[in-house]
Amino acid sequence: MTTIGVLGLQGAIREHVRSIEACGKEAVIVKKPEQLEEVDGLILPGGESTTMRRLIDRYNFFEPLQQFGKAGKPIFGTCAGLILLASDIEGQNDAHLGLMDMTVARNAFGRQKESFEVPVEIKGVAEDFEAVFIRAPYILEVKADTEVLGVYDGKIVAAQQGHLLATAFHPELTDDHRLVQHFVEMVDQANGNKLASV
Amino acid sequence: MSTSVGTNRVKRGMAEMQKGGVIMDVVNAEQAKIAEAAGAVAVMALERVPSDIRAAGGVARMADPTVTEEVLNAVSIPVMAKARIGHIVEARVLEAMGADYIDESEVLTPADDIYHIDKNDFTVPFVCGCRNLGEALRRIGEGASMLRTKGEPGTGNIVEAVRHMREVQTQIRQVQSMAKDELMVYAKETGAPYELLLQIQEEGRLPVVNFAAGGIATPSDAALMMELGADGVFVGSGIFKSDNPEKFARSIVEATTHYQDYELIAKLSKDLGTAMPGLEMSSLQEQDRMQDRSE
Repeated sequence: MTTIGVLGLQGAIREHVRSIEACGKEAVIVKKPEQLEEVDGLILPGGESTTMRRLIDRYNFFEPLQQFGKAGKPIFGTCAGLILLASDIEGQNDAHLGLMDMTVARNAFGRQKESFEVPVEIKGVAEDFEAVFIRAPYILEVKADTEVLGVYDGKIVAAQQGHLLATAFHPELTDDHRLVQHFVEMVDQANGNKLASV
Repeated sequence: MSTSVGTNRVKRGMAEMQKGGVIMDVVNAEQAKIAEAAGAVAVMALERVPSDIRAAGGVARMADPTVTEEVLNAVSIPVMAKARIGHIVEARVLEAMGADYIDESEVLTPADDIYHIDKNDFTVPFVCGCRNLGEALRRIGEGASMLRTKGEPGTGNIVEAVRHMREVQTQIRQVQSMAKDELMVYAKETGAPYELLLQIQEEGRLPVVNFAAGGIATPSDAALMMELGADGVFVGSGIFKSDNPEKFARSIVEATTHYQDYELIAKLSKDLGTAMPGLEMSSLQEQDRMQDRSE
Protein backbone atom coordinates (compact mmCIF):
# COMPACT_ATOMS: atom_id res chain seq x y z
CA MET A 1 0.00 0.00 0.00
CA THR A 2 1.28 3.44 -0.88
CA THR A 3 1.98 5.52 2.21
CA ILE A 4 2.23 9.29 2.14
CA GLY A 5 3.74 11.28 4.96
CA VAL A 6 2.86 14.76 6.17
CA LEU A 7 5.70 16.65 7.85
CA GLY A 8 4.24 17.00 11.34
CA LEU A 9 6.21 19.82 12.91
CA GLN A 10 3.63 22.62 12.68
CA GLY A 11 0.71 23.78 10.54
CA ALA A 12 -2.30 22.32 8.76
CA ILE A 13 -1.33 18.68 9.26
CA ARG A 14 -4.73 17.12 9.98
CA GLU A 15 -6.25 18.58 6.79
CA HIS A 16 -3.60 17.00 4.57
CA VAL A 17 -4.04 13.66 6.33
CA ARG A 18 -7.75 13.88 5.55
CA SER A 19 -7.04 14.62 1.86
CA ILE A 20 -4.60 11.73 1.53
CA GLU A 21 -7.10 9.35 3.10
CA ALA A 22 -9.87 10.69 0.86
CA CYS A 23 -7.64 9.69 -2.08
CA GLY A 24 -7.51 6.13 -0.72
CA LYS A 25 -3.94 6.15 0.57
CA GLU A 26 -2.45 5.66 3.98
CA ALA A 27 -1.26 8.83 5.74
CA VAL A 28 1.53 9.08 8.31
CA ILE A 29 2.39 12.15 10.38
CA VAL A 30 6.18 12.43 10.22
CA LYS A 31 7.58 13.87 13.45
CA LYS A 32 10.99 12.16 13.44
CA PRO A 33 13.51 11.89 10.55
CA GLU A 34 13.65 8.09 10.71
CA GLN A 35 9.94 7.97 9.80
CA LEU A 36 10.87 9.21 6.31
CA GLU A 37 11.97 5.67 5.53
CA GLU A 38 8.40 4.45 5.95
CA VAL A 39 6.82 6.77 3.39
CA ASP A 40 6.73 6.83 -0.43
CA GLY A 41 5.96 10.52 -0.75
CA LEU A 42 5.85 13.55 1.54
CA ILE A 43 3.67 16.63 1.91
CA LEU A 44 5.17 19.79 3.43
CA PRO A 45 2.03 21.46 4.82
CA GLY A 46 1.05 25.07 5.11
CA GLY A 47 2.11 26.84 8.29
CA GLU A 48 4.88 29.26 9.16
CA SER A 49 8.00 28.56 7.10
CA THR A 50 10.36 30.21 9.60
CA THR A 51 8.95 28.09 12.44
CA MET A 52 9.16 24.90 10.39
CA ARG A 53 12.73 25.64 9.38
CA ARG A 54 13.77 26.12 13.04
CA LEU A 55 12.21 22.80 13.95
CA ILE A 56 13.70 21.08 10.88
CA ASP A 57 17.15 22.18 12.02
CA ARG A 58 16.64 21.33 15.64
CA TYR A 59 15.52 17.79 14.94
CA ASN A 60 18.10 17.06 12.23
CA PHE A 61 15.50 16.82 9.51
CA PHE A 62 17.42 18.93 7.02
CA GLU A 63 19.70 16.35 5.41
CA PRO A 64 17.16 13.49 5.50
CA LEU A 65 14.61 15.74 3.77
CA GLN A 66 17.10 16.78 1.09
CA GLN A 67 18.12 13.16 0.52
CA PHE A 68 14.46 12.14 0.31
CA GLY A 69 13.95 14.62 -2.53
CA LYS A 70 17.25 13.87 -4.25
CA ALA A 71 16.44 10.15 -4.20
CA GLY A 72 13.51 10.93 -6.49
CA LYS A 73 10.80 10.48 -3.89
CA PRO A 74 7.90 12.87 -4.54
CA ILE A 75 7.37 15.94 -2.33
CA PHE A 76 4.39 18.30 -2.43
CA GLY A 77 4.79 21.68 -0.71
CA THR A 78 1.85 23.99 -0.04
CA CYS A 79 2.46 27.66 0.83
CA ALA A 80 5.13 27.40 3.56
CA GLY A 81 6.04 24.06 1.96
CA LEU A 82 6.62 25.81 -1.38
CA ILE A 83 9.04 28.20 0.34
CA LEU A 84 10.89 25.28 1.93
CA LEU A 85 11.29 23.60 -1.49
CA ALA A 86 12.50 26.64 -3.45
CA SER A 87 16.11 27.01 -4.62
CA ASP A 88 15.97 30.81 -4.22
CA ILE A 89 14.03 33.17 -1.96
CA GLU A 90 13.80 36.85 -2.86
CA GLY A 91 15.68 39.09 -0.43
CA GLN A 92 17.37 36.21 1.39
CA ASN A 93 20.87 34.86 0.85
CA ASP A 94 19.96 31.35 1.89
CA ALA A 95 17.14 29.16 0.72
CA HIS A 96 15.85 26.20 2.75
CA LEU A 97 15.82 22.72 1.17
CA GLY A 98 16.61 24.18 -2.27
CA LEU A 99 15.25 21.15 -4.11
CA MET A 100 13.09 22.86 -6.71
CA ASP A 101 14.51 25.27 -9.27
CA MET A 102 12.52 28.45 -8.78
CA THR A 103 12.69 31.86 -7.10
CA VAL A 104 9.88 32.65 -4.67
CA ALA A 105 8.74 35.79 -2.86
CA ARG A 106 7.38 35.45 0.68
CA ASN A 107 4.11 37.08 1.84
CA ALA A 108 3.99 38.39 -1.69
CA PHE A 109 0.26 39.06 -1.88
CA GLY A 110 0.35 41.19 1.29
CA ARG A 111 -0.81 40.79 4.85
CA GLN A 112 -3.76 38.79 6.16
CA LYS A 113 -6.40 41.35 5.21
CA GLU A 114 -5.28 41.02 1.59
CA SER A 115 -5.61 37.21 1.73
CA PHE A 116 -8.22 35.81 -0.67
CA GLU A 117 -9.75 32.89 -2.48
CA VAL A 118 -10.27 32.54 -6.22
CA PRO A 119 -10.82 29.76 -8.78
CA VAL A 120 -7.57 29.02 -10.65
CA GLU A 121 -6.88 26.76 -13.62
CA ILE A 122 -4.29 24.10 -12.81
CA LYS A 123 -2.82 22.54 -15.95
CA GLY A 124 -3.72 18.88 -16.27
CA VAL A 125 -5.51 18.88 -12.90
CA ALA A 126 -8.52 21.20 -12.80
CA GLU A 127 -10.05 24.11 -14.71
CA ASP A 128 -11.46 25.81 -11.65
CA PHE A 129 -9.55 24.83 -8.54
CA GLU A 130 -10.78 26.70 -5.43
CA ALA A 131 -7.49 28.25 -4.42
CA VAL A 132 -7.24 29.72 -0.89
CA PHE A 133 -4.33 32.15 -0.50
CA ILE A 134 -3.27 33.08 3.05
CA ARG A 135 -0.40 35.54 3.41
CA ALA A 136 0.74 33.57 0.43
CA PRO A 137 4.02 33.54 -1.46
CA TYR A 138 4.23 33.30 -5.23
CA ILE A 139 6.84 32.09 -7.69
CA LEU A 140 8.73 34.94 -9.33
CA GLU A 141 10.54 32.74 -11.81
CA VAL A 142 10.80 29.06 -12.69
CA LYS A 143 14.19 27.71 -13.72
CA ALA A 144 15.66 24.62 -15.36
CA ASP A 145 12.82 22.20 -16.21
CA THR A 146 10.36 23.46 -13.60
CA GLU A 147 6.97 23.70 -15.29
CA VAL A 148 4.30 26.30 -14.56
CA LEU A 149 0.96 24.67 -13.67
CA GLY A 150 -1.09 27.64 -12.53
CA VAL A 151 -1.10 31.41 -12.84
CA TYR A 152 -3.24 34.00 -11.05
CA ASP A 153 -3.12 37.71 -11.87
CA GLY A 154 0.10 37.20 -13.82
CA LYS A 155 1.81 35.46 -10.90
CA ILE A 156 2.90 31.82 -10.87
CA VAL A 157 1.04 30.02 -8.08
CA ALA A 158 1.57 26.33 -8.94
CA ALA A 159 4.52 24.48 -10.46
CA GLN A 160 5.99 21.04 -10.92
CA GLN A 161 9.51 19.80 -11.53
CA GLY A 162 9.46 16.07 -12.11
CA HIS A 163 8.65 14.49 -8.76
CA LEU A 164 8.32 17.86 -6.97
CA LEU A 165 5.03 19.77 -6.76
CA ALA A 166 4.36 23.15 -5.17
CA THR A 167 1.40 25.49 -4.73
CA ALA A 168 1.26 28.97 -3.20
CA PHE A 169 -2.29 28.26 -2.02
CA HIS A 170 -3.83 25.73 0.36
CA PRO A 171 -5.67 22.82 -1.27
CA GLU A 172 -5.97 21.32 2.23
CA LEU A 173 -8.46 24.01 3.26
CA THR A 174 -11.02 22.81 0.72
CA ASP A 175 -12.79 19.53 0.03
CA ASP A 176 -11.31 19.54 -3.47
CA HIS A 177 -8.85 16.65 -3.45
CA ARG A 178 -7.82 16.82 -7.12
CA LEU A 179 -4.36 18.24 -6.44
CA VAL A 180 -3.61 15.65 -3.77
CA GLN A 181 -4.93 13.02 -6.20
CA HIS A 182 -2.46 14.35 -8.78
CA PHE A 183 0.31 14.04 -6.19
CA VAL A 184 -0.81 10.52 -5.28
CA GLU A 185 -0.44 9.62 -8.96
CA MET A 186 3.07 11.09 -8.96
CA VAL A 187 3.90 8.89 -5.96
CA ASP A 188 2.45 5.79 -7.61
CA GLN A 189 4.42 6.57 -10.75
CA ALA A 190 7.62 6.95 -8.74
CA ASN A 191 6.87 3.62 -7.15
CA GLY A 192 6.64 2.09 -10.59
CA ASN A 193 3.14 0.85 -9.98
CA LYS A 194 1.27 3.32 -12.09
CA LEU A 195 -1.51 0.86 -12.80
CA ALA A 196 -2.38 0.58 -9.12
CA SER A 197 -3.76 4.10 -9.12
CA VAL A 198 -6.28 3.52 -11.90
CA MET B 1 -12.91 35.10 -12.17
CA SER B 2 -14.04 36.43 -8.80
CA THR B 3 -11.56 37.13 -6.05
CA SER B 4 -12.98 37.17 -2.51
CA VAL B 5 -11.23 38.59 0.56
CA GLY B 6 -12.24 38.13 4.19
CA THR B 7 -14.22 34.92 3.65
CA ASN B 8 -14.64 32.47 6.53
CA ARG B 9 -12.29 30.09 4.75
CA VAL B 10 -9.57 32.72 4.46
CA LYS B 11 -10.02 34.00 8.02
CA ARG B 12 -10.32 30.60 9.71
CA GLY B 13 -7.64 29.16 7.42
CA MET B 14 -5.11 31.65 8.73
CA ALA B 15 -5.60 30.19 12.23
CA GLU B 16 -5.34 26.64 10.84
CA MET B 17 -1.83 27.52 9.66
CA GLN B 18 -0.87 28.44 13.23
CA LYS B 19 -1.72 25.00 14.61
CA GLY B 20 0.85 23.22 16.72
CA GLY B 21 2.60 26.53 17.25
CA VAL B 22 3.26 29.11 19.93
CA ILE B 23 2.10 32.73 19.77
CA MET B 24 4.14 35.02 21.99
CA ASP B 25 3.34 38.36 23.63
CA VAL B 26 5.93 41.02 22.77
CA VAL B 27 6.19 44.71 23.64
CA ASN B 28 8.86 45.87 21.17
CA ALA B 29 10.81 44.95 18.02
CA GLU B 30 13.65 43.35 19.94
CA GLN B 31 11.34 40.91 21.73
CA ALA B 32 9.52 40.21 18.46
CA LYS B 33 12.80 39.20 16.82
CA ILE B 34 13.68 36.92 19.74
CA ALA B 35 10.26 35.29 19.45
CA GLU B 36 10.60 34.81 15.68
CA ALA B 37 14.09 33.35 16.05
CA ALA B 38 12.83 30.95 18.70
CA GLY B 39 10.24 29.60 16.26
CA ALA B 40 7.05 31.44 17.30
CA VAL B 41 4.31 31.12 14.65
CA ALA B 42 3.10 34.66 15.41
CA VAL B 43 3.60 37.45 17.89
CA MET B 44 1.05 39.46 19.83
CA ALA B 45 2.07 43.11 19.90
CA LEU B 46 1.07 44.95 23.05
CA GLU B 47 2.23 47.77 25.26
CA ARG B 48 2.48 45.74 28.45
CA VAL B 49 2.29 42.00 29.13
CA PRO B 50 -0.68 40.87 31.26
CA SER B 51 1.26 40.59 34.52
CA ASP B 52 2.38 44.22 34.14
CA ILE B 53 -1.16 45.30 33.25
CA ARG B 54 -2.29 43.56 36.41
CA ALA B 55 0.40 45.30 38.47
CA ALA B 56 -0.21 48.73 36.94
CA GLY B 57 -3.99 48.73 37.41
CA GLY B 58 -6.12 51.45 35.81
CA VAL B 59 -7.58 51.23 32.31
CA ALA B 60 -5.68 49.05 29.82
CA ARG B 61 -6.21 50.04 26.17
CA MET B 62 -5.03 49.11 22.69
CA ALA B 63 -1.26 49.60 22.43
CA ASP B 64 0.19 52.85 21.09
CA PRO B 65 0.28 52.34 17.28
CA THR B 66 4.03 53.08 17.41
CA VAL B 67 4.56 49.79 19.26
CA THR B 68 2.36 47.81 16.87
CA GLU B 69 4.01 49.39 13.85
CA GLU B 70 7.50 48.69 15.21
CA VAL B 71 6.61 45.02 15.63
CA LEU B 72 4.91 44.82 12.21
CA ASN B 73 8.12 46.07 10.63
CA ALA B 74 10.43 43.85 12.67
CA VAL B 75 9.26 40.34 11.72
CA SER B 76 7.96 38.33 8.76
CA ILE B 77 5.69 36.08 10.84
CA PRO B 78 2.09 37.22 11.43
CA VAL B 79 1.47 39.97 13.96
CA MET B 80 -1.60 39.96 16.18
CA ALA B 81 -2.76 42.86 18.32
CA LYS B 82 -5.30 43.37 21.09
CA ALA B 83 -8.39 45.60 21.04
CA ARG B 84 -10.69 46.19 23.98
CA ILE B 85 -13.88 44.12 24.04
CA GLY B 86 -16.56 46.01 22.13
CA HIS B 87 -14.16 48.71 20.94
CA ILE B 88 -15.05 48.82 17.26
CA VAL B 89 -12.71 51.72 16.51
CA GLU B 90 -9.60 50.21 18.12
CA ALA B 91 -10.27 47.12 16.00
CA ARG B 92 -10.71 49.21 12.83
CA VAL B 93 -7.47 51.06 13.58
CA LEU B 94 -5.58 47.77 13.97
CA GLU B 95 -7.13 46.47 10.75
CA ALA B 96 -6.10 49.63 8.91
CA MET B 97 -2.55 49.31 10.24
CA GLY B 98 -2.29 45.81 8.80
CA ALA B 99 -2.42 43.64 11.94
CA ASP B 100 -2.91 40.05 10.76
CA TYR B 101 -5.25 39.03 13.58
CA ILE B 102 -7.10 40.97 16.26
CA ASP B 103 -7.55 39.64 19.77
CA GLU B 104 -10.75 41.08 21.24
CA SER B 105 -9.32 40.59 24.66
CA GLU B 106 -10.44 40.59 28.28
CA VAL B 107 -6.82 41.36 29.20
CA LEU B 108 -7.64 44.95 28.28
CA THR B 109 -10.37 46.85 30.11
CA PRO B 110 -13.66 46.25 28.25
CA ALA B 111 -15.02 49.25 26.35
CA ASP B 112 -18.51 47.75 26.21
CA ASP B 113 -19.83 45.68 29.12
CA ILE B 114 -22.70 44.18 27.11
CA TYR B 115 -21.79 43.76 23.44
CA HIS B 116 -18.82 42.28 21.65
CA ILE B 117 -17.72 43.55 18.24
CA ASP B 118 -19.62 42.28 15.18
CA LYS B 119 -16.57 40.56 13.79
CA ASN B 120 -18.33 39.27 10.67
CA ASP B 121 -18.16 42.81 9.40
CA PHE B 122 -14.32 42.86 9.29
CA THR B 123 -11.88 41.58 6.66
CA VAL B 124 -9.22 40.89 9.29
CA PRO B 125 -9.88 37.79 11.43
CA PHE B 126 -10.45 37.83 15.20
CA VAL B 127 -9.51 35.56 18.07
CA CYS B 128 -11.61 35.63 21.27
CA GLY B 129 -11.41 34.02 24.68
CA CYS B 130 -13.87 31.44 26.02
CA ARG B 131 -14.49 29.53 29.23
CA ASN B 132 -17.14 27.11 27.99
CA LEU B 133 -18.92 25.96 24.84
CA GLY B 134 -21.72 28.53 25.04
CA GLU B 135 -19.24 31.38 25.18
CA ALA B 136 -17.15 29.81 22.39
CA LEU B 137 -20.13 29.51 20.07
CA ARG B 138 -21.45 33.00 20.84
CA ARG B 139 -18.08 34.39 19.77
CA ILE B 140 -18.11 32.27 16.59
CA GLY B 141 -21.65 33.52 15.95
CA GLU B 142 -20.32 37.07 16.15
CA GLY B 143 -17.64 36.14 13.64
CA ALA B 144 -14.59 35.02 15.64
CA SER B 145 -12.34 32.89 13.39
CA MET B 146 -10.21 31.48 16.19
CA LEU B 147 -10.72 30.79 19.90
CA ARG B 148 -8.51 30.53 22.93
CA THR B 149 -9.18 29.65 26.53
CA LYS B 150 -9.38 32.71 28.74
CA GLY B 151 -7.46 31.14 31.58
CA GLU B 152 -6.40 33.81 34.03
CA PRO B 153 -3.84 36.00 32.25
CA GLY B 154 -0.70 37.27 33.95
CA THR B 155 -0.87 34.81 36.85
CA GLY B 156 1.54 32.09 35.71
CA ASN B 157 -1.10 29.70 37.07
CA ILE B 158 -2.38 27.14 34.58
CA VAL B 159 -5.44 26.01 36.55
CA GLU B 160 -8.00 28.26 34.86
CA ALA B 161 -6.80 27.48 31.32
CA VAL B 162 -7.08 23.77 32.16
CA ARG B 163 -10.57 24.29 33.53
CA HIS B 164 -11.68 26.16 30.41
CA MET B 165 -10.17 23.68 27.95
CA ARG B 166 -11.73 20.73 29.78
CA GLU B 167 -15.09 22.46 30.05
CA VAL B 168 -15.27 23.04 26.28
CA GLN B 169 -14.20 19.44 25.51
CA THR B 170 -16.69 17.95 27.99
CA GLN B 171 -19.53 20.04 26.64
CA ILE B 172 -18.72 19.05 23.04
CA ARG B 173 -19.06 15.40 24.09
CA GLN B 174 -22.35 16.15 25.87
CA VAL B 175 -23.73 17.87 22.78
CA GLN B 176 -22.74 14.90 20.63
CA SER B 177 -24.86 12.58 22.76
CA MET B 178 -27.93 14.84 22.88
CA ALA B 179 -31.20 14.25 21.06
CA LYS B 180 -32.24 17.00 18.65
CA ASP B 181 -35.07 18.17 20.95
CA GLU B 182 -32.63 18.52 23.85
CA LEU B 183 -30.34 20.63 21.72
CA MET B 184 -32.74 23.58 21.48
CA VAL B 185 -33.07 23.76 25.27
CA TYR B 186 -29.28 23.52 25.54
CA ALA B 187 -29.06 26.44 23.09
CA LYS B 188 -31.45 28.43 25.28
CA GLU B 189 -29.57 27.65 28.48
CA THR B 190 -26.07 28.33 27.17
CA GLY B 191 -26.85 31.11 24.72
CA ALA B 192 -25.11 29.13 21.95
CA PRO B 193 -26.49 29.55 18.41
CA TYR B 194 -28.58 26.46 17.58
CA GLU B 195 -27.11 26.02 14.08
CA LEU B 196 -23.59 25.89 15.49
CA LEU B 197 -24.68 23.26 18.03
CA LEU B 198 -26.06 21.16 15.18
CA GLN B 199 -22.71 21.46 13.44
CA ILE B 200 -20.82 20.45 16.62
CA GLN B 201 -23.10 17.45 17.01
CA GLU B 202 -22.32 16.32 13.50
CA GLU B 203 -18.57 16.96 13.45
CA GLY B 204 -17.67 16.43 17.10
CA ARG B 205 -15.38 19.44 17.14
CA LEU B 206 -15.36 23.22 17.02
CA PRO B 207 -15.50 24.75 13.53
CA VAL B 208 -12.44 26.92 14.33
CA VAL B 209 -9.15 26.20 16.07
CA ASN B 210 -8.94 26.59 19.84
CA PHE B 211 -5.63 27.59 21.43
CA ALA B 212 -4.72 27.58 25.10
CA ALA B 213 -4.02 30.89 26.81
CA GLY B 214 -3.87 32.46 30.24
CA GLY B 215 -1.31 31.23 32.75
CA ILE B 216 1.13 29.11 30.72
CA ALA B 217 4.50 29.48 32.49
CA THR B 218 6.62 26.40 31.67
CA PRO B 219 7.29 23.99 28.74
CA SER B 220 5.32 21.36 30.66
CA ASP B 221 2.36 23.72 30.95
CA ALA B 222 2.36 24.15 27.16
CA ALA B 223 2.60 20.37 26.63
CA LEU B 224 -0.22 19.80 29.14
CA MET B 225 -2.54 22.08 27.19
CA MET B 226 -1.70 20.26 23.94
CA GLU B 227 -2.38 16.94 25.70
CA LEU B 228 -5.80 18.28 26.71
CA GLY B 229 -6.64 19.03 23.09
CA ALA B 230 -5.43 22.59 22.49
CA ASP B 231 -4.49 23.33 18.86
CA GLY B 232 -1.58 25.50 19.99
CA VAL B 233 -0.65 27.92 22.77
CA PHE B 234 -0.40 31.60 23.54
CA VAL B 235 2.30 32.56 26.00
CA GLY B 236 1.91 35.99 27.49
CA SER B 237 3.94 37.08 30.46
CA GLY B 238 5.75 33.72 30.76
CA ILE B 239 8.57 34.29 28.29
CA PHE B 240 9.85 37.80 28.79
CA LYS B 241 9.30 37.65 32.55
CA SER B 242 11.62 34.64 32.80
CA ASP B 243 15.37 34.81 33.44
CA ASN B 244 16.43 33.63 29.98
CA PRO B 245 13.77 34.57 27.39
CA GLU B 246 15.60 33.09 24.34
CA LYS B 247 16.01 29.69 25.88
CA PHE B 248 12.61 29.79 27.47
CA ALA B 249 10.91 30.65 24.18
CA ARG B 250 12.72 27.86 22.30
CA SER B 251 11.84 25.34 24.98
CA ILE B 252 8.14 26.24 24.90
CA VAL B 253 8.09 25.89 21.10
CA GLU B 254 9.73 22.47 21.19
CA ALA B 255 7.55 21.21 24.05
CA THR B 256 4.47 22.23 22.08
CA THR B 257 5.60 20.38 18.93
CA HIS B 258 6.65 17.25 20.80
CA TYR B 259 4.17 17.38 23.65
CA GLN B 260 4.19 13.63 24.19
CA ASP B 261 7.98 13.23 24.16
CA TYR B 262 8.56 13.34 27.90
CA GLU B 263 12.29 12.71 27.82
CA LEU B 264 12.64 15.69 25.54
CA ILE B 265 10.46 17.86 27.80
CA ALA B 266 12.62 16.85 30.76
CA LYS B 267 15.68 17.99 28.83
CA LEU B 268 14.00 21.22 27.74
CA SER B 269 12.97 22.04 31.30
CA LYS B 270 16.50 21.85 32.71
CA ASP B 271 18.29 25.00 33.82
CA LEU B 272 15.65 27.36 32.54
CA GLY B 273 16.17 29.61 35.52
CA THR B 274 13.26 31.01 37.42
CA ALA B 275 9.88 30.97 35.72
CA MET B 276 7.66 33.98 36.25
CA PRO B 277 6.37 34.24 39.81
CA GLY B 278 2.87 32.76 40.01
CA LEU B 279 -0.35 33.91 41.63
CA GLU B 280 -2.73 31.62 43.50
CA MET B 281 -6.34 32.07 42.33
CA SER B 282 -7.73 32.55 45.82
CA SER B 283 -5.41 35.54 46.28
CA LEU B 284 -7.21 37.37 43.45
CA GLN B 285 -10.03 39.74 44.33
CA GLU B 286 -13.19 39.33 42.30
CA GLN B 287 -12.57 42.58 40.43
CA ASP B 288 -9.08 41.35 39.47
CA ARG B 289 -10.35 38.29 37.61
CA MET B 290 -9.88 39.22 33.94
CA GLN B 291 -11.78 36.15 32.73
CA ASP B 292 -15.02 37.45 34.27
CA ARG B 293 -14.88 40.74 32.38
CA SER B 294 -17.11 39.48 29.57
CA GLU B 295 -19.69 36.81 28.87
